[in-house]
Amino acid sequence: MAQGNNSIKKILIVAFSLCIVCSVIVSTAAVALRPTQQLNQELDRKTNILNVAKLYEPGMDVEEAFNEQITGRVVELETGEYTDKYDADEYDGFEASRDPATGRTLSGDRDIAGLSRVENYSTVYLVGDPDSPEQIVLPIRGQGLWGRMRGFLSVEGDGNTIVSITYYEHSETPGLGAEVNNPRWQAQWEGKKIYDDEGDLSPEIHLTKGGASSEYEVDALSGATLTSNGVTNMLQFWLSEEGFGPYLARFRENAEPDDAEDTDTNFNDVEGA
Amino acid sequence: MADVNAKGVLTAPIFQNNPIALQILGICSALAVTTSMSVSLVMALAVIFVTSLSNLFVSLIRNHIPSAIRIIVQMTIIASLVIVVDQILKAYAYEMSKQLSVFVGLIITNCIVMGRAEGFAMSNTPGMSFLDGIGNGLGYGFVLMVVGFFRELLGAGSVFGFTVLPTVQDGGWYIGNGLLLLPPSAFFIIGLLIWVLRSINPEQVEENEFKMKENTKPKEAV
Repeated sequence: MAQGNNSIKKILIVAFSLCIVCSVIVSTAAVALRPTQQLNQELDRKTNILNVAKLYEPGMDVEEAFNEQITGRVVELETGEYTDKYDADEYDGFEASRDPATGRTLSGDRDIAGLSRVENYSTVYLVGDPDSPEQIVLPIRGQGLWGRMRGFLSVEGDGNTIVSITYYEHSETPGLGAEVNNPRWQAQWEGKKIYDDEGDLSPEIHLTKGGASSEYEVDALSGATLTSNGVTNMLQFWLSEEGFGPYLARFRENAEPDDAEDTDTNFNDVEGA
Repeated sequence: MADVNAKGVLTAPIFQNNPIALQILGICSALAVTTSMSVSLVMALAVIFVTSLSNLFVSLIRNHIPSAIRIIVQMTIIASLVIVVDQILKAYAYEMSKQLSVFVGLIITNCIVMGRAEGFAMSNTPGMSFLDGIGNGLGYGFVLMVVGFFRELLGAGSVFGFTVLPTVQDGGWYIGNGLLLLPPSAFFIIGLLIWVLRSINPEQVEENEFKMKENTKPKEAV
């Protein structure tokens, strides 16, 4: 090794040139690959939405199927009304929840899903005709055992019947909590009801141990109590008046008259309100 | 490292001088990413890429690295390579990068990479250093694949995602061993692997650093 390697001048030259070279390499890689990465993320999100709506088949053209069948809309959570303030393709609810202007802090007992902050507007995805959708795909997130879980829940156009649930981001234990994405477990959700007939905004749906016996119950994940609690809590939160409750209520109001005629007439009095 | 030849530096780290089994380096990531074989494979490839190229670059400029900042210089090179790997994975193997999550980034702190840069590349020619990097990456990858094989087969009943033992959850008969899907199980498998390797090569067995005196009478223990 050369003697002069440890002179201050040499150290500065080496450090400086190394930094320049490395930063050029890193930023080139980052900038050159960003479009592909964003495409991947978009594709992943769309695949998940199609998947939860049970429209996904392996090998299909995700982009085309998504554009054909699914419309994104931004909903104001408090009122349940659509808004055109944001573009559904651009809007990121999770990002918005962290900004004081577009999100709010949840305190104590209202924060059952462990979110700490929630956005005021959220994106929903409508399958089929946007005015009377066949399915509504809702983004949900909340605390699992090891960390935040993010996923989608798809509900039929009546705003009450579940089609499926899927998680695209979670860090649950493989083989136990991570079974949230096991198709056999997911299949149980089909046809389950979120709300009972009382017409309030408190969701009934929950996971239960030892076998689901009613249409508001789904079998909990075996060996994953805390993950199951997390799933229950996030559904309870996102389907309540804090989340999509008011929005789904609009669909239930539309659907209810039909239901009332179909069901036993004795129930009409109860449901009349 | 008295005699340095291409075959030696490439193959020695796989069995004789395995970075995980003999030097007990890089255990942390070996615990984390070995739940399935495909993830292990991608991780192994990423480490081979980083170790070989960081060795190459460190070796190329080894005569100009001031000894006062040599660790920082090595770190910078390694970190840059790791970021590049991470970006490439996110772009071309998105599903995989989601599963590997932070562990690609943590290759930076993998002692194997740093150890080879400091221990080999600083005093050898670029070509040899490159091969040494590949060799050590292969050694790391070998352990990862072995551990991944047992964990995936016994934990989830599959190999590379193909079902071998159909599990009860999917309507089969095999009850997956949940422990094998958790990081501690990798300790057992790596421990057993070290046992096997050292039984085959008894010279790998380390001498006791000190011998504990027999403690025969209860009085002596106080």
